[in-house]
Amino acid sequence: MSARRRIGVLALQGDFREHLAALRACEVEGVAVRTTEELDRVDALILPGGESTTMSRLMDSKLRQRIQERAAAGMPVMGTCAGMILMASEVLDGTVEQEPLKLMHLAVRRNAYGRQRDSFEAEVDAPALGGPGPGVFIRAPQVTQAGASVETLASHGGQPVALREENRLALAFHPELTPDHRWHQYFLGFLDGS
Amino acid sequence: MGETAAERRGTWKVKAGLAEMLKGGVIMDVVTADQAKIAEDAGAVAVMALERVPADIRREGGVARMSDPGLIQAIIDAVTIPVMAKCRIGHFVEAQILEAIGVDYIDESEVLTPADEEHHINKHSFKIPFVCGCRDLGEALRRIAEGAAMIRTKGEAGTGNVVEAVRHQRAVTSAIRRLNGMGPEELVMEAKQLGAPADLLEETARLGRLPVVNFAAGGIATPADAALMMQLGCDGIFVGSGVFKSEDPSARAKAIVAATTNYDRPDILVEVSRSLGKAMRGLEIGAIPKEELLAGRGW
Repeated sequence: MSARRRIGVLALQGDFREHLAALRACEVEGVAVRTTEELDRVDALILPGGESTTMSRLMDSKLRQRIQERAAAGMPVMGTCAGMILMASEVLDGTVEQEPLKLMHLAVRRNAYGRQRDSFEAEVDAPALGGPGPGVFIRAPQVTQAGASVETLASHGGQPVALREENRLALAFHPELTPDHRWHQYFLGFLDGS
Repeated sequence: MGETAAERRGTWKVKAGLAEMLKGGVIMDVVTADQAKIAEDAGAVAVMALERVPADIRREGGVARMSDPGLIQAIIDAVTIPVMAKCRIGHFVEAQILEAIGVDYIDESEVLTPADEEHHINKHSFKIPFVCGCRDLGEALRRIAEGAAMIRTKGEAGTGNVVEAVRHQRAVTSAIRRLNGMGPEELVMEAKQLGAPADLLEETARLGRLPVVNFAAGGIATPADAALMMQLGCDGIFVGSGVFKSEDPSARAKAIVAATTNYDRPDILVEVSRSLGKAMRGLEIGAIPKEELLAGRGW
């Protein structure tokens, strides 16, 4: 693999700019992805925070299928909040049109903590990162069921909030809204086989 | 891991953070649960629960107030996307009621009749976030100083005429561009002239943009209008009367959502603009009596 890595961020809707800024801070090239052509030029993909129903709607069947093919062929994928919902195999409380990408063996419940007044910040202890880091939970989803191949990397309140399956990473919170880029660094490590 | 870390609610980060999640999206005015479903199915990132859209408020006149909590609750129950609702400028009790209902964002809005002609709400004292309108940079920063976690340019609501939205968006971006290259003492002077807090102006100069998310509003009626506002640099779109006062609301709502994502791709804008039926009728700004203009409310 070439030394020059390009990390795609799905840019249909949501906080993709914050992910691109986090990638810049990690000194890697981030690229906005809205089409299959753009997807074909990246080595890994981040599904950002936003409204999962909106992103689902805006993703046409070609792009959806190409993401699934690339992920199956080993492309690392990270999803934060709405991105986690898109990666799940099953979405509870989803609208009829919300068919997830099924990239991980996860069942998730949308808005599981409640409405915006229940959104919160809390430290999230993550041994995989070498210690706790900031967790920003905004109308966050919860994992209700995880497959045997899914590893929990961090929990909050007895709930898994950071999960990994092979080189796919799902976070219920938003590391991109904080200056702590260790989750992005951890994800970039997947490109080197860690 | 076992022990649960303390959860801090209503922080600036989660207030402004929700607006970050709405970026690149369309927030639609709805007056019934059915309309809210149509908006959600069309890909809206949030809905604004109202009793009357601005075009009807303008037509019917009278005092426009916060909507009936029962109506807002019915809309909350109908959709899974965030629900916003409006309170009158300065009417902090309407805001307390909206917070207690559980709306996700409060719009302290000039579209309703102001309740206080001197004071906006102290928005810092609420756990849920506020969005406020502005016509220029000074007004935007005054609202942020009061605690607004999101800004929208006012435009002229209920007209289906994008000209005021363009004016206000351009006023904000050109004022921010002017800051570029100003020294600290010039920024202090500029803050005084704009009537804006100096620290927020300094932050704006450093970022090269507003310190919070900024949507466009007031008069957006077509996919091209939405794409125009996005190209002028806003972060997303509010559509009030433009969807449900048009001939085919569902098709138009989907088209405006697609145009907001693909705002810089004329080839896609052609496709989504095709065969949408009639847009809302629209009003010439010059034909509206001065005292009926909404954008002048708030200061």
